[in-house]
Amino acid sequence: MSTLSPTMKSSAEYTGGGRRRVMGVVFLALAAAIWLLFARTTQGEMVTTFTLNPGGSQANFPNLEFITLPVLHAIAFVCALLGGYQLVRGFGTRTNAILGLVAALFIFAFLSWVASGTSLNLAGLLRATLIRAVPITLGALSGILCERAGVVNIAIEGMMLTGAMVAAIFGSLYGLWVGLLAGVLAGALLAVVHAIFSIKYKTDQIVSGTVINIFSIGMSSFISAKYLAANRQLNNPGIFPDIQIPGLAEIPFIGPILFSHNVFFFSMLLFLALLHFGLFFTRWGLRLRSVGEHPKAADTLGINVFKTRYMAVILGGMMAGFGGAYFTLGSVGRFDDVMTAGRGFIGLAAMIFGNWNPFGAFGAGLLFGFADMLAARLAILGVRVASEFLLMAPYIATMIVLAGVVGRGQAPAADGQPYEKEGH
Amino acid sequence: MPPVLELKTITKRFPGVLANDRIDLSLERGEIHALLGENGAGKTTLMNILYGLYQPDEGEIFINGRQVQIHSPTDAINAGIGMVHQHFMLIPVFTVTENVMLGSESLKMGGILDRRAATERIRQISSAYGLEVDPDDYVRDLPVGVQQRVEIIKLLYREADILILDEPTAVLTPQEADELFKIMHSLTERGKSIIFITHKLREVLDIADRITVIRRGKVVGSTTPKQANQSKLAAMMVGREVDLSVHKRAFTPGADVLTVQNLKVGDDRGQIAVDDVSFTVRAGEVLGIAGVQGNGQTELVEALTGLRPALDGSVRLLNEDVTRANPRRITELGTAHIPEDRQRDGLVLSFPVADNLVLNTYYQRPFSKGAVLQQATIAKVAEERVNSFDIRTPSVDTSAASLSGGNQQKVIVARELSRPVKLVVASQPTRGLDVGSIEYIHGRLIESRDNGGAVLLVSSELDEIMQLSDRIAVIYRGKIVDVLSAQDASKEKVGLLMAGVVRTATAKKASLGVKPKPKAKASSKTKTSAKKAAQKKKPSRAAKTTRRRKDS
Amino acid sequence: MANQDSQSTPPKDKSAFGIFMHELARGSLIVPILAIITGLLLGGLIVAVTTDQVYTAWSRSPLEAIGVGINAALRSYSALFNGAIGNPERIADALASGEAAALRRAFNPFFESLIKSVPYIFAGLAVALGFRAGLFNIGAEGQLFMGAVASVYVGFAVKGLPAIIHLPLALGAGALGGAIWGFIPGWLKAKTGGHEVINTIMMNYIAFRLSEYLLRGPLQRPDTTNPISPFIETTAQLPRFFESPIRFHLGFFIALAAAYGVYWLLFKTRLGFELRTVGANPNAARYAGMNILVITVLAMSLSGALAGMAGANEVLGVNYTLAPAFSSGYGFDSIALALIGRSHPVGVVLAALLFGTLRNGALQMQIAANVPVDIISVMQALILAFIAAPAIIRTIYRLRAPQQQEDGLHVRGWGG
Repeated sequence: MSTLSPTMKSSAEYTGGGRRRVMGVVFLALAAAIWLLFARTTQGEMVTTFTLNPGGSQANFPNLEFITLPVLHAIAFVCALLGGYQLVRGFGTRTNAILGLVAALFIFAFLSWVASGTSLNLAGLLRATLIRAVPITLGALSGILCERAGVVNIAIEGMMLTGAMVAAIFGSLYGLWVGLLAGVLAGALLAVVHAIFSIKYKTDQIVSGTVINIFSIGMSSFISAKYLAANRQLNNPGIFPDIQIPGLAEIPFIGPILFSHNVFFFSMLLFLALLHFGLFFTRWGLRLRSVGEHPKAADTLGINVFKTRYMAVILGGMMAGFGGAYFTLGSVGRFDDVMTAGRGFIGLAAMIFGNWNPFGAFGAGLLFGFADMLAARLAILGVRVASEFLLMAPYIATMIVLAGVVGRGQAPAADGQPYEKEGH
Repeated sequence: MPPVLELKTITKRFPGVLANDRIDLSLERGEIHALLGENGAGKTTLMNILYGLYQPDEGEIFINGRQVQIHSPTDAINAGIGMVHQHFMLIPVFTVTENVMLGSESLKMGGILDRRAATERIRQISSAYGLEVDPDDYVRDLPVGVQQRVEIIKLLYREADILILDEPTAVLTPQEADELFKIMHSLTERGKSIIFITHKLREVLDIADRITVIRRGKVVGSTTPKQANQSKLAAMMVGREVDLSVHKRAFTPGADVLTVQNLKVGDDRGQIAVDDVSFTVRAGEVLGIAGVQGNGQTELVEALTGLRPALDGSVRLLNEDVTRANPRRITELGTAHIPEDRQRDGLVLSFPVADNLVLNTYYQRPFSKGAVLQQATIAKVAEERVNSFDIRTPSVDTSAASLSGGNQQKVIVARELSRPVKLVVASQPTRGLDVGSIEYIHGRLIESRDNGGAVLLVSSELDEIMQLSDRIAVIYRGKIVDVLSAQDASKEKVGLLMAGVVRTATAKKASLGVKPKPKAKASSKTKTSAKKAAQKKKPSRAAKTTRRRKDS
Repeated sequence: MANQDSQSTPPKDKSAFGIFMHELARGSLIVPILAIITGLLLGGLIVAVTTDQVYTAWSRSPLEAIGVGINAALRSYSALFNGAIGNPERIADALASGEAAALRRAFNPFFESLIKSVPYIFAGLAVALGFRAGLFNIGAEGQLFMGAVASVYVGFAVKGLPAIIHLPLALGAGALGGAIWGFIPGWLKAKTGGHEVINTIMMNYIAFRLSEYLLRGPLQRPDTTNPISPFIETTAQLPRFFESPIRFHLGFFIALAAAYGVYWLLFKTRLGFELRTVGANPNAARYAGMNILVITVLAMSLSGALAGMAGANEVLGVNYTLAPAFSSGYGFDSIALALIGRSHPVGVVLAALLFGTLRNGALQMQIAANVPVDIISVMQALILAFIAAPAIIRTIYRLRAPQQQEDGLHVRGWGG
């Protein structure tokens, strides 16, 4: 039976063509931006200096110096070339990789422009980007765990906030590791609430998430005002020290950027790899995804939809709790009111941006982390772009992705739908 | 030797409904046992009980003579029962292998999927039973017929001996159905036993070894194809001799009301669903569009009523080009639309009956004055319509959700036909309704025709098409393969056309036509051919008036 | 909640009050009322277990500890009452003395609660209107910010107009600011299918960053480095009805009028019918010839405008200036109160009065009983939890399950 009509193929090509063209235009636009915004405002003989040793590192690696303008022209030319090829022929399945390349080139051009006539610690920037990507990525992984199983979790923010506070208190009282564990368990506890509401009571999952967010903000501020403000010893857990990976940390340039971090960074990498492998290569992941795509089908094959969803949501809560603990035990060293400041929601955005894939979410986390990092340092760099606009970038980027301009992501089919078992 | 499967006095109650009433059923090894019944007779409920999706309130299940308890699909799978559901239980974004192995995965090193082993087994199964499929394909890319094969492979992968196929042909073309029947035979030859659920009589007679008929949750009898014939089975199904013929006035077609030319429409996935279709509906006639579900009917109706954009071609309503008109404009021109899925499109279930009765006229006088709704008027008019269309509802303030299916459909019919109507587009207007409501709605449609309205009836029920239509257009894979006058059309002929088996000379020419003809020419051609057809059948049609059944 | 106006035996009296009384009689208000009571009780419990004296008493006898706990909770709630409604003794004294200033001071808490309710009414109506049209507007907070930004700008930058023109202009600017912030996700939803929940969350943060930028840049008060706007002109201020300290202003009545307006729009007009149809069954709306795109965009814009009015009222009626921390999460709380009010304007106003009262009283509770104001957020979350999962309340109070299917709000899936 040849039910595949010829028209189907042509229509598939058509939609592919739409995305191909949009991407081509995006590449060209970035090339134009490099020319118009950066190259035209750069004097011919100005030199860009990148320092490649992050502060405090012993390894001595020479600075990277080059005359700005030709490099900008070269980058713009490459982007334009890629854009042209994309418009005419298309990169097909490699489009996303090329998009990443063009984005990286654009960022490099931007930094070269910023550092023209002065020097910029490139290694430090990259390291800071990675660090800022940690909570965002952990939040996104939490979202992926829940939503791949069909439960929308907009409570990542609340779970992180509670995790941060609980980790700070228990960390102060019983040490960092106990604090970390407590933060994870706090996230899990809220996740149990979310799971019971959305799986057992079939409450709308957005409402349930809102409940947890309001509760978390209220409760953490309440406890903070009632106890932490007066008792400093309850809110002084200290932070996890950096771990130097023996051997690797000494590699010049790369070593200090990649292999000298605290436990949160390495755990994030581990979770990332584990979740990717788990979701796509194990029975656990196959079943979890089936429950998020077509719970009834999973049910007819003897998979316990409710149990699987509970498990996924609770794991997601633990992930968010872990990400929350990062704020107090991995970064600041104490709890402040509403200190997550929307990172949970950026995590949600990263999840969507990364198309519900762990590595995609990590890529988005890096991008958003970079924007976050840059916003914090713009003043130091002496750039006259308001940092607030850079901070908006992740949100705007997510809205653009959601609008399907650069190819729509594919949410799990049963995301957000409570499962109703019939006949009981 | 005991039967492979035996069900004894299975009873299942839902709130307000006795879905299964002391049902007994047995299945022998290597047998195809057809379970026949109208929609809603309780077939699917029974099978869901057998598959562990529902728990029976009473009754016992025996497999190979041993009593078993089936509390979940897992129990059913372990007992060797497999089920292909009416709506496929496949995950579009998974590959065939992933779909098949899900729930009983091949593993290595504890929890890691062994895709290669699973793929190998699928290949073995598919070659053993003639179930051609590529295990690495994504299910979303597969045609429906192949998806069904994946479903069957799923059962065989779990080594099921008892296969339940729930309405497996509903979504298939006749050839695909024949293919399926071949597969079913190859399964029974290898010792599998099959329960085949359907409400299509012909299929039952073709393929079943034994037939059990269910009506309103009760077994009304068992027979074999040799002892039965279509009318006997139909009588058992509906509980009385069926004579759904309707009384209508002589066929006197008037002016063209709806003219469709070279219409092309895409479906949701961007495929061409309606391909270069041309036809005309005249005042005072019923044009029936016959076809197996999913051959472009839905998209055609949506395009005619402004709900879906046409890719090419034109639609004229009276003297206005409505190809790009919105639904409101088309309604205002005098089109009544009885949609295919009444709960999805035709009603707001949570709204009161009164609001549903003005759902597409609420903005007109007297229901609105300026920006303000006239609720008193709406309620008054609603009362009148409830009375004149015999809608059984406690009040016009009752929500539509609490009405029965038949009364819900009557709300739609009342709303659509109480306006001055020139064209009625009725899509599967009696699907899933009780006989009384069917009769009522048929009567109303014919009344519109007799009063000089043009009626476009789209239905996959061949009987309905045959009874109501003055002319019959057969749609197959998005193309009108032929237009027949009612007296030229026999069930067999239309059935073959629906199956895409025969093509008449004119249709062949049309499909071979290299380029779409210029519009003016094409229109004149359709008109003349339609007129010819009409002239041909006029005398005999007038002579042949059918009796209307009186026993309601 | 989106479709709860359509039960099997609707009231004969179709006025707002009639419907309300009918719902009360029908028992569908039992759950919200019990949810509020339970939330308050649990709030008291939290107060009790966070009171140190309870633990010192526990070492002596558990019974005494319970007594101390109950005492602490009662003391907190009486402080809350005094802060929210007024201290009965002071009111009595003031009435006895008949002195105007004393009277104003005594009744001030009550009026302060009404003032606090105003943004809640507006924001709650915004979310409720969205729900009715099938849209989950999580972006009220951002819309509120943009409304405040727009109205404060018109309030201080436009000079020399009489109040009769300037005030409506400033209010209108607030509504417009919010409407634009609602329009964008509405348009994205209608045009691209981008889910409004995600988009409004994103728009919230864009609004926060944008208003931060504006308050550090173009809208900053010239003589300061703090992110705060100049004071608005007196001609843009919402008139107050009493002398200091009572700040009760016209905004309260505008809010009530808005509630009536939303009620009238939803249930009495063509547009309302269309809005509710789109919300209840978009397929049927399309079938009926309604323009879903326009209605969705309109609903989100109207919803945004209402939320923008909440911001405008705070700026023009209470603060007369704009600082980043001017909103105590009205936009987020409004989701809760729209659900508690069952997306009906009458319910929203009642829930808003409750929330306003609690928020206002909580300040006094913090001072008098050392209970942080944030307890209110916790209580709101609890109340919302009970409303969202009525089965919990039914289990606690052993209520019978309703005959009809529970009204559930369900948002359609993500992304596509």
